[in-house]
Amino acid sequence: MHSEVAVQPSAWTEPVPRFSFLRAMAAVTEGEVRKLLHDPIEIVGRIIQPTVWIMIFAPVFSSFHMLQGGNLRYIDYIVPGILAQSVLFISVIYGVGLLWERDLGLLQKFLVSPASRGALVLGKAIASGLRNLPQIVIVYILASFATVKLRWNPLSLLAVMVLVILGSGLFCMISMLVACIMKNRERFLGVNQLLTAPVFFASNALYPLTLMPWWLRKICIFNPLTYIVDGLRGCMLAKGHSTYGLWLDFLIPIPMIALLVMLTAWFYPRVEY
Amino acid sequence: MIVKDRCAALQEGFAPGWKVQEAPRPLEKTRMDLDRDDVSNPGGGFRMRQPSAKDAFLTAPERSTETPARAQSPALQTLDLTRRYGALTALDRMNLTIRTGAIFGLLGPNGAGKSTAIKMLTTILPPSSGTALIAGFDICKQPRDVRRHLGYIPQAVSAENILTGGENMQLFAKLYDVPSKVRRERIEEALALVSLTEFSKTQVKRYSGGMIRRLEIAIALVHRPPVLVLDEPTVGLDPAARFAIWDRLHSLRQQNGMTILITTHQMHEAEELCDEVAILNKGQIVACGPISALKAQIGPEASLDDVFIAHTGSTIEEGGFSDAFRSRRTAKRLD
Repeated sequence: MHSEVAVQPSAWTEPVPRFSFLRAMAAVTEGEVRKLLHDPIEIVGRIIQPTVWIMIFAPVFSSFHMLQGGNLRYIDYIVPGILAQSVLFISVIYGVGLLWERDLGLLQKFLVSPASRGALVLGKAIASGLRNLPQIVIVYILASFATVKLRWNPLSLLAVMVLVILGSGLFCMISMLVACIMKNRERFLGVNQLLTAPVFFASNALYPLTLMPWWLRKICIFNPLTYIVDGLRGCMLAKGHSTYGLWLDFLIPIPMIALLVMLTAWFYPRVEY
Repeated sequence: MIVKDRCAALQEGFAPGWKVQEAPRPLEKTRMDLDRDDVSNPGGGFRMRQPSAKDAFLTAPERSTETPARAQSPALQTLDLTRRYGALTALDRMNLTIRTGAIFGLLGPNGAGKSTAIKMLTTILPPSSGTALIAGFDICKQPRDVRRHLGYIPQAVSAENILTGGENMQLFAKLYDVPSKVRRERIEEALALVSLTEFSKTQVKRYSGGMIRRLEIAIALVHRPPVLVLDEPTVGLDPAARFAIWDRLHSLRQQNGMTILITTHQMHEAEELCDEVAILNKGQIVACGPISALKAQIGPEASLDDVFIAHTGSTIEEGGFSDAFRSRRTAKRLD
């Protein structure tokens, strides 16, 4: 029966150009960044959370003298953790955007385009990273007001930007994967909250791992946020240093992102089933 | 300033590349005359409306029965296309052949399997068995080639409302690999076709419902696909915007030889647009063929409504919450 079809492939469309994957990825990223440029009010809303943590939480917790014998004040110690927290909390909402796009019909449009699913999700991950960059400016300004001594050399700033993009991409992928599996907003938000709080608190964002019981320390070692915060601490603070080594802090998120992109790309069209 | 859609519909006749229809000539029966002469459709809404001055613009171009060169082979063919969800068979061995240059309607009550069929044809959903060929490409074996040759407009609003019309076009032109050398030209051409050139820098959230639908048509055309699939293209639109969309579709077929597959609940829309229709009920095709032939099977004065009811009349709508939610939300967004 299949042989009855005589039609030949149409020549109406152009030949597939080279680097199609990269072009599609860049197109998705550009679209997402343009959305932020059209609606910059979103950035204003993002100021509140780090302000509360740096101006209220940090001074109160400083009085507990959790850091023994180090050369950092608690306010210094916590600032990279607050930047990482901002990145985490902004990125994990990305999954809602995917469900929103599905409800709008945009997701169908993306899925019916010839762009690779991997390019679509990786484009979103990179866009999430870029959309988080203003958070660096916000936290640096707040930290300066709080008399935190920061590194201002270009290499350190670049390293901070890369870490923010890596962290954001990673948590955005986790969020999109959860959304693809959960398929509706209520379930997504429930599971997301279940994941976000443990990821944040079972890390070195607020306190050193040495204060934790041994079993929790073991868990924290598998938490990617631990390495993002450790890297930020090494790059952001004038007297900061990385516990695990900067190379490990930068390298650990990369295979995780690669794995998550593959998984999300596989689940991505299934959100429509 | 945004011009509301009724005004835009009147302006559409002057868009570049759009064939302006002259007022009906006395000795030549137009489709409007035929509609008025047709007494078999009492109370048939659009079919019985009186011609007005606006009809000079809104009367669709004469249908071409064939388009050159590519008219010989089917543009779309389904071969025992089946989708099962566990024990439920949403679509059962659908066999359809749509010739190149045709406008084909897929009709059916909610839950009949139309959306499942469209999802499979657009490669979003893999079939449980069977396959389909679009522009000669197999949806199972060559899904990316199928997508490259397909323009798709979902029922829900699919333009990003924060971005401008031009930015939406850019995004999809890039996703469809439209070469950068011709991208701007293609975008301008597509926007001109739907009379949105002057609104390319306006955010979509400021568009009217009809303008959004026209933008979606432009987006779907930017890579010049041979086959266009539209899921409920006029849901939520007022009559003027609806007529404008119909005219665009007629024009696309006539001028570009494009093959168009639409799903719709609205019988008058199917009659106005389609050469042939297939009626789906409970996942199976219960009637298929030219509209006139289907009507003749039912009776000498039968309308397409009668044909639909004759084949699906005892069916209680099964679409459920998600179908109702989607169509109402789309209608609300386009309002």
